Amino acid sequence: MKFSALKTYAIVYLIFLYAPIVLLPIFAFNDSKVIAFPLSGFTTEWFSQMWQDDLLFRAVKNSAIIAVSSAVLATCLGVFGARASTRFRFPAKAGIMGLIMLPMVLPEMIISMSMLVILLGIGVPLSLFTIIMGHVLITTPFAVAILSSAFQSLDKSLEEAAYDLGETPLSTFRLIILPLVMPGIVSSLLICFTISIDEFIIAYFLGGNQTVLSVYIYGQFRFPAKVPSILALGTILVGLSILLLTIAEYFRRRGIAKTGGKDTGGFL
Amino acid sequence: MTFSSDKPNMIEFKDVHKYYGDYHALRGITATIKAGEFFSLLGPSGCGKTTLLRTIAGFEGISSGAVLIDGKSMENVPANVRPTNMVFQSYAIFPHMTVGENVGFGLRKDPRSKAEKAAAVEEALAMVGLKGYGGRAAHALSGGQRQRVALARALILKPKVLLLDEPLSALDKKMREHMQVELIKLQRQVGITFILVTHDQEEALVMSDRIAVMFEGEIAQLADPETLYRKPASRKVADFIGTMNFLPAKILSEAGGKAEVETPGFGRFTLDVEDQITGKPSEGGPTVGFRPETLTILFDGQTAPDHESPATITEVVYYGDMTYYDIKLDGSDEPLRLSMRNVFGRPVLDIGTRTRVAWAPGALVLFR
Ligand SMILES: Nc1ncnc2c1ncn2[C@@H]1O[C@H](COP(=O)(O)OP(=O)(O)OP(=O)(O)O)[C@@H](O)[C@H]1O
Ligand SMILES: [Mg+2]
Repeated sequence: MKFSALKTYAIVYLIFLYAPIVLLPIFAFNDSKVIAFPLSGFTTEWFSQMWQDDLLFRAVKNSAIIAVSSAVLATCLGVFGARASTRFRFPAKAGIMGLIMLPMVLPEMIISMSMLVILLGIGVPLSLFTIIMGHVLITTPFAVAILSSAFQSLDKSLEEAAYDLGETPLSTFRLIILPLVMPGIVSSLLICFTISIDEFIIAYFLGGNQTVLSVYIYGQFRFPAKVPSILALGTILVGLSILLLTIAEYFRRRGIAKTGGKDTGGFL
Repeated sequence: MTFSSDKPNMIEFKDVHKYYGDYHALRGITATIKAGEFFSLLGPSGCGKTTLLRTIAGFEGISSGAVLIDGKSMENVPANVRPTNMVFQSYAIFPHMTVGENVGFGLRKDPRSKAEKAAAVEEALAMVGLKGYGGRAAHALSGGQRQRVALARALILKPKVLLLDEPLSALDKKMREHMQVELIKLQRQVGITFILVTHDQEEALVMSDRIAVMFEGEIAQLADPETLYRKPASRKVADFIGTMNFLPAKILSEAGGKAEVETPGFGRFTLDVEDQITGKPSEGGPTVGFRPETLTILFDGQTAPDHESPATITEVVYYGDMTYYDIKLDGSDEPLRLSMRNVFGRPVLDIGTRTRVAWAPGALVLFR
């Protein structure tokens, strides 16, 4: 039967997609250094081992700093870009917007190599700051894309009405536009944060002696004894991701309910 | 219906031109709107009504000329400090606020106390018939209620001029007619100058003290509804407002405010042209125009007080209180529309009936 073949395909597809993620917590609690079935017993040892790893903490802290800064900066730039592209007409607009969006499809390798050459050339020391620069570059297009659709759906006469009622362009932005595009801003922050936190190539190239989470995890796989505690870390990251998505979805739905809009599925 | 012209000027347009790139959207608008007047801008889609309204609000700059509000030039005066407020076609209700917050939005910088502002909001809501709606979510209102919120929000600032861009076009027919009456009442009550944009001629006739009829960026005629209806300045205006019949006319002679005119069907007659507005010459030569209700079918034994002509009925549409006939005058091929009020005992005539119609030169308008 054709239908059941498609059904089987869909199920196999989903297993293929999610089974590795499900294995993470299973082996994180498994009482063996070898990652293989059968399971030998329950333990939380890998979690406490992970907890005592100072290098890991430093990597997490670095990643958090980078991801939060990149998300905030890219979203701010995204607000300007999206506003400009949806509300104003200016010469060479299509070309300019194209160049802003280009890093979305540009191989990160090229971005990181060219940035590395220039930064070294003008003598900027590699640090968290240089990683943030790279991440802002690659996340801004995503922010512009998400925010453009938020700004697009904004009725221009709302702004004019606020202006007509005595507000300045700035207070109109704060009182009317910002609250109405807030769901878009939250989406943008989350997407940019997620892209930045698991980005590897730029972080590896431009990090100098600063290690971020993705680079640290990759490094740890060289030591088989460290693998179970990395799985423990992975388990926590999966949990945090689910939490983050839930929060994002909650805010998105609340935003929609508050303005009486139609639920169109959202970005997440 | 006539509006006293001794009121001070509220809005003055002085040869206003507006270009969008190469497109000439407003072509030399010169007009005056009086204080306290209910004024309408009427015209087909794309004629520049909205553009003209937005030059008053300050959303649209002008390319040349001047716009004055209450005697002051509005050059370089931004929209947020002009003494005007606007009701938008989409109503532009802020969806993330309550009804009360929407209405009180303009009072944000008002130095009055919170309690006084709340009272002002409540008063404004009561004025538009939405007493007690202050706490409701704005996005959960019906079309008619949104429109009232938009009105209250604009009126709470007591502007000198209220601008309304097709405020009723989104409402259904019944609601629209109801709101027309409400708006007229409200305008009389607050005494503010209302400027209404509409493409609905009936709406303009019903509501306005004076109407500016616009075509292609120009004002074709500015007059009170009655003048507009009875003495349209051009065939175009006549066509746009109500129904008008036209017959090609020959002007035989003209002297001392009287014209000797000949048309097929009516024959030769003298027309008083002293009080007739002479608009632009129409394409296809001069015509005389007349409204359907100025023709009367004569029944047996009746005689015309003025003129009468023989005719044939070609179409009958019965409307209950009214009957609309299409007739052809002998000697003319133009189908003419005629309307008769149905009174008791008078028959509705059939297609093909030979009859006589009464007409009066006083009801004819000559378009040169
Ligand atoms: N921002 C703009 N840029 C270019 N052209 C414009 C702009 N706004 C209006 N126009 C043009 O100017 C003309 C008049 O527009 P306007 O909106 O004033 O028409 P309107 O009389 O209000 O018509 P409608 O009844 O359809 O609302 C139209 O041909 C329109 O295409
Ligand atoms: Mg318009």
